[in-house]
Parts: sequence; C-alpha cells; structure tokens
Amino acid sequence: MRKPNIMTVIFIVLSLIGLGFSGLSPFFVLNEVIIRFIRDGVLVLALIIPVTAGMGLNFAITVGAIAAQVGFLLVLDWQIGGLTGLLLVTAIGTVLSLAFGALIGVCLNKVRGKEMITTIIIGFLATSIYQFIFMIGFGTFLKPHNLEIMLSRGIGIRNMVDLDSYRNIIDKLWLIHIGQVTIPLFMILIVIIFSLILRYILNTRIGMQFKAVGESKRRTEILGLDSDRIRIKAMIFSTLLACFGQIIFLQNIGMLNVYTAHLNSDIFSCAALLAGGATIKKASIKNAFLGIFLFHTLFIVSPQAGQNIFANVALGEYFRSFVAYGTIAFALVLNIRETELNPAALTAKTGRK
Amino acid sequence: MKKFIRPPQIIILVFLAVLTITAIYLHIPLNAMFGDSLVRLVMNGVLVLSLLPMLNAGIGLNFGLPVGVVAGLLGMCLAVNYHQTGWFGLAAAMLFSAMIAVVFGYLYALLLNKVKGREEIAATFVGFSFVSLMCLFWSVAPFNNPAMLWPIGGKGMRLTVGLKDYFGKVLNNTWQFNILGIKISLGLLLFFFLLCFLVYLIYKTKIGRAMIAVGENEDFARLSGINVNRVRTLSVIFSTVLGALGICVYAQSYGFLELYTAPLMMAFPAASAILIGGSTGGKTTIGQVVLGGYLYQAIYVISGPVANQLLMPEFAEIIRMLATNLIILYALLYGEGLRKNA
Repeated sequence: MRKPNIMTVIFIVLSLIGLGFSGLSPFFVLNEVIIRFIRDGVLVLALIIPVTAGMGLNFAITVGAIAAQVGFLLVLDWQIGGLTGLLLVTAIGTVLSLAFGALIGVCLNKVRGKEMITTIIIGFLATSIYQFIFMIGFGTFLKPHNLEIMLSRGIGIRNMVDLDSYRNIIDKLWLIHIGQVTIPLFMILIVIIFSLILRYILNTRIGMQFKAVGESKRRTEILGLDSDRIRIKAMIFSTLLACFGQIIFLQNIGMLNVYTAHLNSDIFSCAALLAGGATIKKASIKNAFLGIFLFHTLFIVSPQAGQNIFANVALGEYFRSFVAYGTIAFALVLNIRETELNPAALTAKTGRK
Repeated sequence: MKKFIRPPQIIILVFLAVLTITAIYLHIPLNAMFGDSLVRLVMNGVLVLSLLPMLNAGIGLNFGLPVGVVAGLLGMCLAVNYHQTGWFGLAAAMLFSAMIAVVFGYLYALLLNKVKGREEIAATFVGFSFVSLMCLFWSVAPFNNPAMLWPIGGKGMRLTVGLKDYFGKVLNNTWQFNILGIKISLGLLLFFFLLCFLVYLIYKTKIGRAMIAVGENEDFARLSGINVNRVRTLSVIFSTVLGALGICVYAQSYGFLELYTAPLMMAFPAASAILIGGSTGGKTTIGQVVLGGYLYQAIYVISGPVANQLLMPEFAEIIRMLATNLIILYALLYGEGLRKNA
C-alpha cells in the first residue's frame, strides 16, 4: 500500500498548478478548505461503509441529505428555532434515515452487481418524490403553518429558505485564529468525532461483518452470516451519516436551496473520496480526509486559474465538473477492470445466482 | 409481445387515463394534442431507438447516450458553421454527425468492453464526464459563424443556437396537412418509420443476427465462432450513430441546438420510454420502441396543458421525472438485467 495512488498524485499536481496560476493566497485557500472540510467531511465518511461492504459507491447518500432537508423544512414550518429546533431536525432526520436506509438496502439486495446504478436512480427518484411533496403537496394536501416559507400563490415552498435561526449555534464555538488562518475547533472536532465513531464501528463485530460481506459471498456463508441483513445495515449506517453530514453542511451555510441543495452531494463526495486514493472496493477514513483536502483545493483554485490562464472564468467552472465526473468515471473503469482480472473477486462474482 | 401488462405499463396507463380524463374535464382540446404527440414521438423516437442495438447485444441500457448526442451536436455545428441550409443542410448535418459518431462510438466501445457486466454504471459516468469535457470544448470551439458565437467578444459557443435560418423544422414542414384539426407531418413520420424499417432490416442480416446471438448467450455465440468483442463494438457504434441522428431529428424539430450541459440527462427519459414499451433490459423489438416512445410522449404532451390549467406548471415536470425514475428503478429491480450468463 506504500505505492502512491495515481488519482491522488494527479490531484496533487493539478492542485499545485492551479494554486500557482490562480494567484490566490495559500492562507485564503486553507481557510476555504477548512470550511469545506467541515461542510463535506461527514458526507464523505458516509460512503465508506458501503464500499467496505462491497456495494460500491453509494450515490443514494442524496437520500440521507433529503432526510436532513425534510427535517429542516418541517421544523421551519412548525416555527421552532434555536438549539431546540436543531435537535428536532436531527431527530426527524434520524428517524427518516433509518427508514429510508432500510428501504434502499432491501432494494439493493435485489440487484447484486448493479448496486451503483441503482443507487443513482434511487437518488433521482427520491428527489422527484421530495420535490412533489414540497412543491406541490404543501398547500394542497399538506397544511402549511408558516406562510413565510411558502410561495405567494399558496402552494409550494419557496426555492430558498433562510436557516438563520440555526446558524452559528455550534459553528462559532471555540474559534481559534493562528495568523491569517481561522480554525473552528469545535466543528473540526465534531467531524473528527464522527470519524472516530466510524472507525470504532468498523472495528467492532458489525464492522468485521461488513468486511466479510465485502470480501466474498463464500466467506460470508462459511461464517454463517446473513449477508442480506448486513448489507441493509450498511445502507442504514450510510444514510444516517449522510443525514448528519447534510445537517452540518446546511447549518454552516445558513441557507437552504430547497430543491437543489442535495443534488450534487453524491457526486462531489464520491469524487473527493476517490481523490484521496480510495477505490470502489476499498476506502478508509484517511482516504476521505486526504481526498476532501485535495478535491476542494482544486475546486477553489480552478475558476481563478481558468481566468488567469485562458481569460475565461467559465472554463474553470466546467473544468471543475469535468474533474468531479471524470474522477468517478476513471475510477470505475479502472476498478471494474481490476476486478475482472482478479480471480478471487471473480469467484465471488460468479458465485451469485 | 407476450405479457405486455406489467407494473411499468400499469403505472403509465393509469397515469395516462387520469391525465386524459382531467384534460376532458378541463375542456382541453385533445385532437391538437394528438398531432403534437405524433410530432414528439418522432422528435424523441430516434433517441429511444438508439438504445436498441446495445440492449440487443446484452450491453444493457445505454446511459452513455450523451456520447452519441454530443457527436450529433458537433455534426450540426459543422453544418451550421458552413451555412448549409434546408434539406441539404439537414443531410449534411446527419452525415457529419454519423461520421463523428462512428469515431466516438468506437472509442466508447473500447471502454465498455473493458467493463463487461458493469456497463450501465460506467456508461453513466463516461457520458457525464464527456458532456462536461465538451463544455470546455464549446467555450473555446474554433467555429466562426457569428450566429453560433456569443455576440460580445465573438468567442465561445452560445448556450442555444437557433436553427431557423439553417435546417430547423425541415422534416416537420414536409408534407404537412390538417385532418379534423389534427396537424400531421407526414414527412417526419415517414422518416421515422423508414429509419425503424432500416434498423429492422439490419437485424435480418448476418451481422444483425450475430448481434442478437451475443446478447442472448455470449458463451454460445463465442463457441459458434462469433468474435464477441467485435460484435459488441459494432453494436455500440450502431447505438452511438443512431443517438447522433436522434439529436439531429430532435434539434431540427425543436428549432434549436442546445449545447453545454443540455445532453447531461437525456439518457434517462429515453431509457424510461423503451422500458414502458415492454423492454425488460434484454432483447427489444422495434414495436416496443415505437409503443414506448409514443406512450411516454403522450404523457408529456397531455401533462403540460393540464398542469398549466391547474396553475401548477412544475407539476408536469415533477410527475414526469417521478414516473421516469420509477420505471427505470423497477426495471433494475425486476428486469432481466445484464448478461445472466456472463
């Protein structure tokens, strides 16, 4: 494992080139990356368990994100602000994520070998249902209590709602300034605590079961494990983490783009994880954290670098989305091929019915 | 067509019935809509048809349809750039598109042959990343017809390019007539059915049969001396070329070229349409393409005016996306799926 991962190397090189050409101060970039680390950290962590359990990248973390947004919208509708509101959001999100996670797990057990494409479609479907409920349902078959978040026609919630009353409750705790760098120690600790919990889970019995299921079906059978149940548990954990991740993300931004905030959480999180050296078969917390730093450094510097190299800001923007999609495409093609060449994995594959 | 009625069809038929009854109740004229639905069938039909070769070769739903679409956009840009107009313009655009699609399709096939058994997910992201790569290209594209470039600065392509002065609506306006208030573009319909017939004929040839054989049982095909990878490559090229022609038909009917991120999500409605027609992710017939394409577009045409009458314009789009994704998910969960015998 000492061999450096090709994806990581590419990201380091691109980030350095971008940083050089962008002319941005390294302190500015570092501050921005720290903010992104807090916002996206837990979302990226949410991907690790499904990868470990051999289910590939879970693009359905958008469903967890939706659970968080439903929590926020309901609490806003009931007009409960402050810390109570935030705790209630977490409670609603948790309940929904447990249910959704189990449902996704059941679906994925029917499509062994095609989990990733299925999670993408599940994500799209969940988005449609979510939009249907909040754009059409509110004001027709659901009674709104808070008219401030409604569109003026009385049906549907506005495109953007303010989360001001939840902002800065936990964000501004324990701020430390070192030179030009601001470190929100409390929030960083929260992300690190989540990663420690995840590590603990991966080392307990259930974590070992995830690994066994991920390695091969035969090994699972020898150990007498019910792989369907374990895979459902993996999806529940992933969805729950994604929900917490999105709550942290949204309270940090302080605004909720009701219909779009969750849309790219899957793509960006997956790309970040892969940038950190993970594959669709193996991912660690180290990969997640390194990946967030590399991916977001590139993300922050590329528009300005595009402006300075080609006199065109749009180029940098397009380059960013190309990097995100391209990273995933590259990893998929590379990994699937390796799986084909690896006889152990092949036995596992043909072992399915 | 054994057992046509399964959950996807039930979803769509119930949906269509509810919409039609609502439309009648709201006094929305149905005969105009019938004409529109025929136009939209062809407009999107070739894109739906383009999924067929890959399905038949057992490569699954072509979520990498944007690769073909981009080839078509490039071909049309070339035609517009050289000021080709009318019938000749459309023919030139299609010829350019097809040629580019052969190259793209070949490269795309090389990639897909490396990810056997997981083509759908790989294709999705190959499509996504190709579209975003092409965004970079569009913003520096070396075309020089000012109608396609940003008016200020004169560099980079516009988001949409009007085709009115080139070959917009050429097919739509051919042999158009009115019957009982229904506008029918005979030229457009003839073109579509001719293309369908052509595809049908191709599957009657030796190579066409080889394609189906590979899709049905790859090992058996290999044993009977078929070069499986070559046949798969041909199928992918075939799909890509049809996708490129599909976007030409779509754009001439719509009247605009949509560049940049427009092709990103085009694969999903097409996939949903072919599944509605009764395909289950394996071998698919032309009849299923036409039927599915028509039902999908009928819903598109009716849901718009109904949603507007109900004063909820978003309703149509949301409901359509809901149905689209529900049907694809159903097919993944319960369909024949990819390569049972890989």
